[in-house]
Amino acid sequence: MTVAFLNLTWTTFADGLALGGVYALMAVGIGLVFGVLRLVNFAYGQLIMAGGFALAFGQQWNLPNWESILFCFGVVVALSVLMDRVVFRPLRTHSPAVMLVATFAIAFLLQSVALVAFGPLGKVAGQFAFLNAPVDIAGVEIKKIAVIAVATAAGCLIVLQLLLTRTSVGLHLRAASTDFRTARLLGVRANRVIAGAVIVSGLFAAVAAIMLSVQTTQITNTFGLQETIYVLAGVVLGGLNRPIPATLGGFSIGFAIGILGGVLPSNQAQYLPSFIFAAVIVVLLVRPNGLFTRGGGAVERV
Amino acid sequence: MLRRLPELLVPAGLVVATALIGLEVSSYLQAYFLDTLVKVAIVVALYVFIGNSGVLSFGHISFVALGAWTAGILTVPQLQKQLVMPGVSHFLLVTNVGNVASLALAAAVGLAAALAVGVPLMRLSGLAAGIATFAVLEITNNVLTYDLTLGPGLNGFSSVPSTTGMWQATIGALICVVIAFLYQRSRFGRMLRATREDPAAAAAAGISVHRQRLLAFALSGGLAGLAGGLYIHLQPLQPSGVYLDLTFITLAMLVVGGSGSLLGAVVGALAVSGLDSFLAAAVNGVDVFGWQLTLPNGTAEIVVGTLMAVVLILRPQGLTGSREFSLPRRRRTVADLEKARVPT
Repeated sequence: MTVAFLNLTWTTFADGLALGGVYALMAVGIGLVFGVLRLVNFAYGQLIMAGGFALAFGQQWNLPNWESILFCFGVVVALSVLMDRVVFRPLRTHSPAVMLVATFAIAFLLQSVALVAFGPLGKVAGQFAFLNAPVDIAGVEIKKIAVIAVATAAGCLIVLQLLLTRTSVGLHLRAASTDFRTARLLGVRANRVIAGAVIVSGLFAAVAAIMLSVQTTQITNTFGLQETIYVLAGVVLGGLNRPIPATLGGFSIGFAIGILGGVLPSNQAQYLPSFIFAAVIVVLLVRPNGLFTRGGGAVERV
Repeated sequence: MLRRLPELLVPAGLVVATALIGLEVSSYLQAYFLDTLVKVAIVVALYVFIGNSGVLSFGHISFVALGAWTAGILTVPQLQKQLVMPGVSHFLLVTNVGNVASLALAAAVGLAAALAVGVPLMRLSGLAAGIATFAVLEITNNVLTYDLTLGPGLNGFSSVPSTTGMWQATIGALICVVIAFLYQRSRFGRMLRATREDPAAAAAAGISVHRQRLLAFALSGGLAGLAGGLYIHLQPLQPSGVYLDLTFITLAMLVVGGSGSLLGAVVGALAVSGLDSFLAAAVNGVDVFGWQLTLPNGTAEIVVGTLMAVVLILRPQGLTGSREFSLPRRRRTVADLEKARVPT
């Protein structure tokens, strides 16, 4: 059963949706922290890497799956909070470009730590590989992980949306990302809001790590790196300033990669990164504030 | 201009001193000195744009890569060329040039590529510029890895004549330093620095931000291309050798030294390169005052990454404070000023 054009099957379509879902979660993780700190976290991929290694240790210690998942969440959130305390907090007053370079440095630092600790081959986290098995939905073979990824991403995003719009923590978060200084003047506690954003961002990184470990069971020090680069591009593409455009940007880049990767013959698919990044450049030139944002965002006047 | 001469002579002197030390050491150690001099050239090229414009670029290593590919393809002897890169286009297969010409062409290709990329990209600044230049790096790496008509692809070069000795490396680094100095003292450099401090005010004073950034971008692309040419004649490269790792280490050098000054770029390149070389050697085991020291692979990146983060947090202007070297001048005291005041 194929869609009319190209050789796009429903299976590929589902894979695209799944990858889009995982990227959307990562985009939210990056976007939330950007909202409150004006900081693009290049080291987000290393949080995912840490999650991957946590899963690998879970397997090595023969933990039951739910315990490995908990362990993964614990490790990633702890690292995320640590990063905030040690690196982000002293950098808060610096320009976004300086912070981007700093997180670039942290990314390389963590990657090298993993290389020293676990070697170039890394470790294996195969406990969720069984989710690669297909399941039959209305006559179409779809990988279990695709269904789970789409459902989880949708669930996480709905919960986040409720958190942001229905709770006082969410209200504070939104206030802080609109105008941090005014929000503080009105009694929003900066450290608490930032900690909230960092923890949620870490939770999403852990979810992404679990999802990605299904496909890539060999966890090396570059686990999550390429995905993060794509998501960063996607987030900027969608529009960094608001959570929903950022999420849409992340989703569309994941979806595009998933679909094109499945549809294109391999001699064209190898140029996929070029196409994606060329598209990113074009979008940045045409709409520097992002695809999914409306107006505004003029250069600050003197 | 004369009073400003130390601004050129001190960085240039540091380069020459490095070269002179490099001539004295064993040939095993000399490789590290050559590598350091090429890194100086790359970092100064980065500085010409990033330092003067204040706009971040993750994309300069793509111009280094293009320069390296140009110089490499045009100098590999034809027989080996057929073996190493069987898919290469006919024109590149039959064209061979001399060593100096290959370096000049590398610089020209870097300049042309930066100009072409810069025309659209220089309209961006801040984060958008960071991501867009990063995209340029990704595209360059992707194409050089897979397009076998342009070069050897994933496997990288071999049989490139290794002509980058102490002479060429030093002269190359000096060319970069001198051009960077001349540029930053020129009216164009000053205009760009004005846009760095306050784009709106500079534009109001009649400076075209786009044009000045583009000029610096093209110039630094040319220098990066030259550095790439020197690099490929020093060691055979693969696409992964001119990608994220090199971007990281050269940005670290610029940031650690101080991205706002030529002195900072040179000091950063020398200091970080020295540290990096020592640690890289320590991975193979070195003798430190009688102690045998062997470090695990990856230590250099950990130390450099930590250093970069610490400098950014504690001293964002870098080791040199982003100041140029200037001779100490006698401070005028209040008493002097009192004396000089015209009685009314």
